[in-house]
Amino acid sequence: MHTSPTPGAAAGTATMEHEAHNPALLHHFADAQQQKNAASLGMWLFLVTEIMFFGGMFCAYLIYRLNHFNAFAAGSQQLSIKLGAFNTAVLIVSSLTVVLGVKAAEVGKRKLLVFYLVVTVLLGMTFLVVKGFEYNEKFEKHHVPGPSFNFTDTFDDNGQKIPVNSKEAELFFSLYFAMTGMHALHMIIGCGLFSVLAILAWKGHYSPGYYTPIENAGLYWHLVDIIWIYLFPLLYLISRHS
Amino acid sequence: MATTAIPSNQAPAAPKTLNYLNNGHTLKSWLLTTDHKRIALLYLISVSIFFFLGGIFAMLIRLELLTPEGDLLSADNYNKAFTEHGMIMVFFFLIPVVPAILGNFLVPLMIGAKDLAFPRINLLSWYLYVTAGLLFLHCLLRGGVDTGWTFYSPYATEYTNTNIVEAGLAVFIAGFSSIFTGLNFIVTVHRMRAPGLTWDRLPLFIWANYATSLIMILGTPVIAITIVLVAVERLFHLGIFDPRLGGDPLLFQHLFWFYSHPAVYIMILPSMGVISELIACFARKRIFGYNFVALSSIAIAVFGFLVWAHHMFVAGISLYAAMMFSFLSFSVGVPSAVKVFNWTATLYKGSISYATPMLYAFGFIGLFTIGGLTGLMLATIGIDVHMTDTYFVVAHFHYVMVGGVLMGYLGGLHFWWPKITGRMYPEAWARLSAMFVFVGFNLTFFPQFILGQVGMPRRYWQYPPEFQVLNVLSTAGASVLAVGYLLPMIYLLWSLKYGPIASANPWGAAGLEWQTTSPPPTFNFDETPVVTWEAYNYDEIPAPKELEAPVAH
Amino acid sequence: MSKYLPLWPDQASTLAGQVDALYIYLLLVSGVMTAIIFLAVAFLAVKYRRQPGREAHPIEGSMILEVGWSVLPFFVMLTFFVWGAVIYFEERTPPADSTEIYVVAKQWMWKIEHMEGQREINELHVPTGENVKLIMTSQDVIHSFFIPAFRIKQDVLPGRYTTLWFKATRPGHYHLFCAEYCGTNHSTMGGDIVVMEPQEYAQWMAGGPALPLQETGKQLFTQLGCVTCHRSDTQGRGPNLAGIYNKPVLLEDGRTVTADDNYVRESILNPTAKIVSGFKPVMPTFQGIVSDEQLNALVAYVKSLSSAQPATGTAGLQNQPAASPAEPQKTQVQ
Repeated sequence: MHTSPTPGAAAGTATMEHEAHNPALLHHFADAQQQKNAASLGMWLFLVTEIMFFGGMFCAYLIYRLNHFNAFAAGSQQLSIKLGAFNTAVLIVSSLTVVLGVKAAEVGKRKLLVFYLVVTVLLGMTFLVVKGFEYNEKFEKHHVPGPSFNFTDTFDDNGQKIPVNSKEAELFFSLYFAMTGMHALHMIIGCGLFSVLAILAWKGHYSPGYYTPIENAGLYWHLVDIIWIYLFPLLYLISRHS
Repeated sequence: MATTAIPSNQAPAAPKTLNYLNNGHTLKSWLLTTDHKRIALLYLISVSIFFFLGGIFAMLIRLELLTPEGDLLSADNYNKAFTEHGMIMVFFFLIPVVPAILGNFLVPLMIGAKDLAFPRINLLSWYLYVTAGLLFLHCLLRGGVDTGWTFYSPYATEYTNTNIVEAGLAVFIAGFSSIFTGLNFIVTVHRMRAPGLTWDRLPLFIWANYATSLIMILGTPVIAITIVLVAVERLFHLGIFDPRLGGDPLLFQHLFWFYSHPAVYIMILPSMGVISELIACFARKRIFGYNFVALSSIAIAVFGFLVWAHHMFVAGISLYAAMMFSFLSFSVGVPSAVKVFNWTATLYKGSISYATPMLYAFGFIGLFTIGGLTGLMLATIGIDVHMTDTYFVVAHFHYVMVGGVLMGYLGGLHFWWPKITGRMYPEAWARLSAMFVFVGFNLTFFPQFILGQVGMPRRYWQYPPEFQVLNVLSTAGASVLAVGYLLPMIYLLWSLKYGPIASANPWGAAGLEWQTTSPPPTFNFDETPVVTWEAYNYDEIPAPKELEAPVAH
Repeated sequence: MSKYLPLWPDQASTLAGQVDALYIYLLLVSGVMTAIIFLAVAFLAVKYRRQPGREAHPIEGSMILEVGWSVLPFFVMLTFFVWGAVIYFEERTPPADSTEIYVVAKQWMWKIEHMEGQREINELHVPTGENVKLIMTSQDVIHSFFIPAFRIKQDVLPGRYTTLWFKATRPGHYHLFCAEYCGTNHSTMGGDIVVMEPQEYAQWMAGGPALPLQETGKQLFTQLGCVTCHRSDTQGRGPNLAGIYNKPVLLEDGRTVTADDNYVRESILNPTAKIVSGFKPVMPTFQGIVSDEQLNALVAYVKSLSSAQPATGTAGLQNQPAASPAEPQKTQVQ
């Protein structure tokens, strides 16, 4: 039983020897396992905050879609399913390359790891370029909200006219730009992150004993992908048939 | 002078020993520190500056309301004054005050860790806070904001001419500071506890900060995205909330209160944790019903997310939504009441000292009881329709925020002051200022309950003359309250140089933080402690002789 | 009530007494609770103050007490909830025979339009003993219509109608406040509620040759060309509007909505949003063409098409002014 509150008199001590040969172990952790567990719990919590962050916009989208169904269907009609589907495929492949990269780090294949990281960055950039073309098309069609916004009635896939209040269509495009823009910003951050990791990996910072940053960046990348997996049907697909 | 708390067996031959304060004296060693204790002190300084600033705006408001006419400030300047008061106090004082100062200092110490899990992210949190603060000050110098801290759409998005985007950015950045703090606490509590320190042995302060951190990481991102949407609406005319585009201003209110109601629990929960520590120590007893007090913190955090629309009973939500949110709001009342009853029961058969921290704890119980019960009145929809947006609401939340959070903070600051600085504060002055705070507080805010009930709306620059007497009382109380806040600023600074040297455990308190030296060494513990006892084992710790009877000055 | 130190607001509506009864109940319960906590803390703090030679007595807790002080307060709170909800339900459910008055808020004034055509600014005249329903909208930001003496309050939003009702009981002048912060002159956006005996009110109402609101609406209905499609038979390109008010309407997409004030308003401003089954989306929007006051008149006219036919003198229309030009006009039209 504990009786004395003075330091050092505790029943036992649990001092750990710093693991030799592991410069990545920070001083305040007892061992590498504790450090890894802390980092990965931290990352999962961060992903939770990201979900809440996008959740606000998804909530706004769902409510407005109910309130202004026709306008949202017509707005959705103006998005290119082909480009959207292509981008979805690009992101799914990039998630695969991330997983392969993490695997390469786990088994200590440095060059393979760098290769997969670079491919991931390239795929991410492909996504952004395609997104750029889509945005450009919106500018040309005056579908960017603001004073020059212009939207006329459209026709659905069966050739039926969808009557639209252009103000409500503007609301759809406001949400479209807010949601895809915020997603694209996350993609840009992800590309930057993986570029840095690729350089560090090339310099040999990671080993089978320490590749937590790769793993955590991978988790981030998967989340950004998953958000797109929800954005694509919500914005491009499900309102088309009215 | 009271020569308190220098147990003779631990003579202060300590100035040579290395602790976190004298381990490095350069500015760089402070500004680039990753030591959670130094970061806590950085927060202490910066948060105090904002408290002072927010206090000045409060005084401007009270002086303006001394007379029914708008004679001191112009209408626009008055609107800015209450907006700045609210924004500073909410985002730059109440939210960080206990977690970022006391929490930062104590969480690793209390669980026997060398630091928080992510020390550099902790430092980043402080820099984010400072960046946000400087941005907000810049916004103030450019004329400030006039929307109220709630920045309701469409006033904030379409009508005001003030700099909403900059203020919003400041709040956004401050939000990330608090997200990272919460994330750090959760990981630390999960992964860094000393051997033997199981969840049911954790101090209640840790439970409270854990619950707060849950709210921080779940709620704050929602206000962040809401602010982004307001900003893009103002900057790029993406009309998310604009009713002219078919947008819904009520959606803004829902998103805003989804964070901002739980945010009041971000503020009050850590203070509740402080009060549990104080009462246990100064009654020399384990907290009555430890499990219930610990779980009630989690219950408050969870229920807190289900009640936001009680701010919107007259905003135009449906009849049935209002009834549901009214019912759910009462559910938060239960765990709050459980805490108050348990604290009171802890006093039974205790050995109660009237040291300053305990006086603040008594004050907390009383004022929080009033704040909580008036909260129940406001949750009662039939009453809320009349009371909402009046001074009754203002009085209610000041009873919780100032009577609760601030009393808890001041009590905690005095309690851990010897641990933080290695010096005792002057007891007699501290008791005097606690009295000033209690009396001044009640005189300021009790009349506001009556003002609200007789119908004075909040955020009024002018008011009908029959409300004057009550407003004068309130302003008089605010002056007393100001004295109560200024005194500690003076005597605590004084004590840094002249206060008696504190021993490792001047209060004879339980808790790992008292087992290391005062002030603690940089890595907190020379050897990682192994915990074999339950929390609050006061029956095994001798009470300090000096505090058995009240110290006469 | 003291003029200089008011401790209780005037009671001037049927609701005020009910709200006050509940408030007194809450005050009593809260007062007892506060007293128990305060006295218990004070008593225990003195009785068990630290004294030489006496130790604290360790106590773990008590399941019975914990359950007791969780469950008992919950049931007390349940009484708060039920009583409060009952009052709220009444507050939010205007009686069917209410006199309707339109309110338009803007920074920083209240514009009132009586059905009979009288208009007021920052003043509202109402009779005692009659149910009055306010149908309110805002031209700019959110405002809130607050009459402390009636214990009622309702936010007024741009782009939609919200309603409020009361039955005044005591003649006199009462404060009207804007309770939702709305910008620079928020604190001066108020006025007077003038409650009058019915005879006096009738006299006041009779002053001035005002055109009833639904008549204004009828004129607009013709001027704007609505009448060419919304004919009073079944041949029009738009639905016949007679008798539709407050009735369910089947929409083109299969949903059913009630044709209330908000629906009529939306259908004028945004006709394609909810198209009636069997009709084509051919109606142009009137957003930006009709003002909020004109909208109110149109809505009042559509309503009158539903109430006029079955029996004369139903909702809100029994007070047709006997326009007597001899009386001087009492209020100014903006």
